[in-house]
Amino acid sequence: MKPLALRRAALAAVVALALAAPYLLPNWRTQMALLFIMIVFALTWDLLGGQMGYNSFGNVLFFGVGMYVCAIVQRDGHLGYFAGLLLGSGAGALVAVALAALLGSGILGLRGHYFAIGTLGLGVAAGELASGWDFVGAGGGMVPPLYPGALGSRETFFYYLCLALPAITLPFLRWLYKGRFGLVLNAIRDDEDKAEAMGLRTTRYKTSAWCISAFFLGLSGGAVGNLLGFIDPREVAFPVDTFGVWMVLMAILGGKGTLWGPVIGAVIFHVTKELAWTYLLGWQRVSLGLLIVVIVVFFPVGILGWARERWPERFGHAVEASPGEASR
Amino acid sequence: MSAMLEVDRVRKAFGGLLANKDVSLRVPAGGIFGLIGPNGSGKTTLFNSIVGHHPIDAGSIRFEGREISRLRVPQIARLGLLRTFQQTRIYGGMTCVENMAISVPTSELGWRSMWQRTPEADLRKASDLLEFVGLFPKRHLRAGDLSFGQQKLLELAMALMSAPRMLLLDEPTAGINPTLINGLLERLRKINRQFGITLLVIEHNMRVIMELAEYVYCLAHGELLAEGKPEQIQQDPRVLEAYLGAR
Amino acid sequence: MENLRLLFESPVLSVQLLLDGVLIGAIFALSAYGMALVWGVMGLINVAQGELVMLGGYAAFYLYQAGIHPLFAVPAAAVALFVFGWILYRTVVFRVVEKDLFISILATFGLSILLQQLANTLFGADVRTADAGFGTLFLFGGAVTVAEIKLVSFAVALVTGALLIQFLKRSRMGQAIRATAQNARAARVMGVDTQRVYAWTFGLNAAICGASGALVAMTWVIHPYLGLPYTVRSFMIVIIAGLGNVAAVLAVALGLGAAENFAGFVFGAEYQAAFIFGLLVVILVWRRFWLARERRYLQ
Repeated sequence: MKPLALRRAALAAVVALALAAPYLLPNWRTQMALLFIMIVFALTWDLLGGQMGYNSFGNVLFFGVGMYVCAIVQRDGHLGYFAGLLLGSGAGALVAVALAALLGSGILGLRGHYFAIGTLGLGVAAGELASGWDFVGAGGGMVPPLYPGALGSRETFFYYLCLALPAITLPFLRWLYKGRFGLVLNAIRDDEDKAEAMGLRTTRYKTSAWCISAFFLGLSGGAVGNLLGFIDPREVAFPVDTFGVWMVLMAILGGKGTLWGPVIGAVIFHVTKELAWTYLLGWQRVSLGLLIVVIVVFFPVGILGWARERWPERFGHAVEASPGEASR
Repeated sequence: MSAMLEVDRVRKAFGGLLANKDVSLRVPAGGIFGLIGPNGSGKTTLFNSIVGHHPIDAGSIRFEGREISRLRVPQIARLGLLRTFQQTRIYGGMTCVENMAISVPTSELGWRSMWQRTPEADLRKASDLLEFVGLFPKRHLRAGDLSFGQQKLLELAMALMSAPRMLLLDEPTAGINPTLINGLLERLRKINRQFGITLLVIEHNMRVIMELAEYVYCLAHGELLAEGKPEQIQQDPRVLEAYLGAR
Repeated sequence: MENLRLLFESPVLSVQLLLDGVLIGAIFALSAYGMALVWGVMGLINVAQGELVMLGGYAAFYLYQAGIHPLFAVPAAAVALFVFGWILYRTVVFRVVEKDLFISILATFGLSILLQQLANTLFGADVRTADAGFGTLFLFGGAVTVAEIKLVSFAVALVTGALLIQFLKRSRMGQAIRATAQNARAARVMGVDTQRVYAWTFGLNAAICGASGALVAMTWVIHPYLGLPYTVRSFMIVIIAGLGNVAAVLAVALGLGAAENFAGFVFGAEYQAAFIFGLLVVILVWRRFWLARERRYLQ
């Protein structure tokens, strides 16, 4: 079978499995839904970090903002459940984008470690502010409305809702990276001063990438808030030292700067995390902290990075002897 | 001959150190001019000032008649004045072709074009230029995996891709295997003659400057020490003393 | 803003807040100095800095439980943390020192999470304190109160800092450290064992964090999650004061202590943490625009 046909068949199989999964593994619906969210986390982090070189520890800012905005719309909008959820998620995504556009000029001017620590500060500050603000329930958080469907259908509904998120994020990013936008991002990552010296308007591309990340994170926030049924400012909405770090780790584990690396990393990490929670109860967070250190110290290139070094030809890095040979 | 670049009594100090003191030079359109001087004489600082890397303290810099001393680096680049770096800067994580593709003149990179793939015409131009510098077979390798000399050639090709009107080359032969220097010189001459690009070249290699440049400026201790045709400069006692004295 | 008005109406209140803030600022100065040391010598930003402080606090607490007076716990915690830091360097940190700065930040962040969770699992999440049994001073006819322990810890912090500075100036290892900070390669060529210097530097940093943690345990409370704010405070102080200037570090640290205290009063205690992290972002952005000012007229 030709490689393209093989790839198409594999894709079709994955899609079929994904659609059928709630009926095949009904006990794992919520876990799988969370896996889809993790994939979105890893992909959106990689857009900024792996592709553009701006390593953010504060992506949860947009996630939490989306979550709260959605919950506020659901609480104060007086709409039906599904209309509220839809509108709320959309509003959450838009507010997150607006926030990104607003903060962009200040924060994206920070380089390297200043950006990393600055975004860390943003994420934690957001959590602390939300913990004190009564409008959003302060430390007690918020509770989104109850799912109105039959018992047992809730998990299925949220499974498909969460499935939709990577289903739109992944193809979108794939299209994005194939175009020149992807090239500009990589140029900014590899040598931002050089890119500017060649005349590129780096600021607008950086802000765009930031806003794109914010959009998908904001959407996810709305979904997760409703999935979990409870919004805690520090643990759920703005979880800087859990999901905020894990998204970095997932992208690195799979291979940052690639399209599928974050996906692979997310799958492996999520499964590992679930195993740790089941079998290492009491020590699960310690073991995850240890995992972070181990991966970062010993395996920073990640799976796809390692593969690329091992088999460069598979990634297209081959020396071609004569002109006129087909280029990629 | 109209001047493409006019530097007029430029002064630049870093803290207490006066790096450029009242330096003036002119480069006519279509010429290949050289800029020499011992280490620390202020050559790279002058380049940095010209391309807008930092503001100057006094003086004026005009490119094609237009004052550029208050413009920033990307703006000056968009006007057609580019520079290469002494330490050679390329995009290490991208392939050579990708490095070239992102180096098209920014006037072609409009908002809408960002969402499209690189057009065939650009890819062809990239291939041609890579062929010109001799990197065609390696075009799909990651730029960071190339040797230093190859990276220098890639940087040069990227600058050409941008269709500049003038190029400031900062030590283009530094670190290049001496047997390959002739090839590089040939290419630089071609760039000037065929593509019509004006060149101002910083060089330490005297042979290169003598063969390449039609006129040479010599800096020492931040000031313009001497200027003239290569043969004159080569015999100028002040220049010899500057180099010998600096050692 | 009720509280803001109170400040203007009662200058004594401002004096109280200022005094308390400055006193605790000396403790911030210690961990900031340690961070500057590690950053300057090894080029490493230690995101686990606050966790070292936290561990120092627990060391002092358990020593106190064992009957040792908290003041003696300060040097004891410093020694214990020196050893811990030295071991940490030799097992983990050395692998990330000369790498990409992001990898080192991520590694130390991972370490900070690991230590935090370990402390939580081993020591429990409750807040602890080590009571040194000091009384309270009354100034200005009783209008301003100062816990004597705060004065004592202020003094101890200054002494500890001075000791470290003397060590760096006088001892051979100290000189080796300073040489490496200036130019690691040159130092190596001159026969300095860079890895040993780095291990000592990291150990010294841990020691100074340990001492400051012990002081925190005496003056206030400790718990497994106090780390990140300390890391952020140290980072803020270092980027404002710069890597070389001890007096500047102290001055900025005292200022930060005071600012935090005022902010906690004006905005409410529950927003104090938000203030710290928000201030970090503000400082970073402001600093960036300030640095760009030298090109300002290049609009």
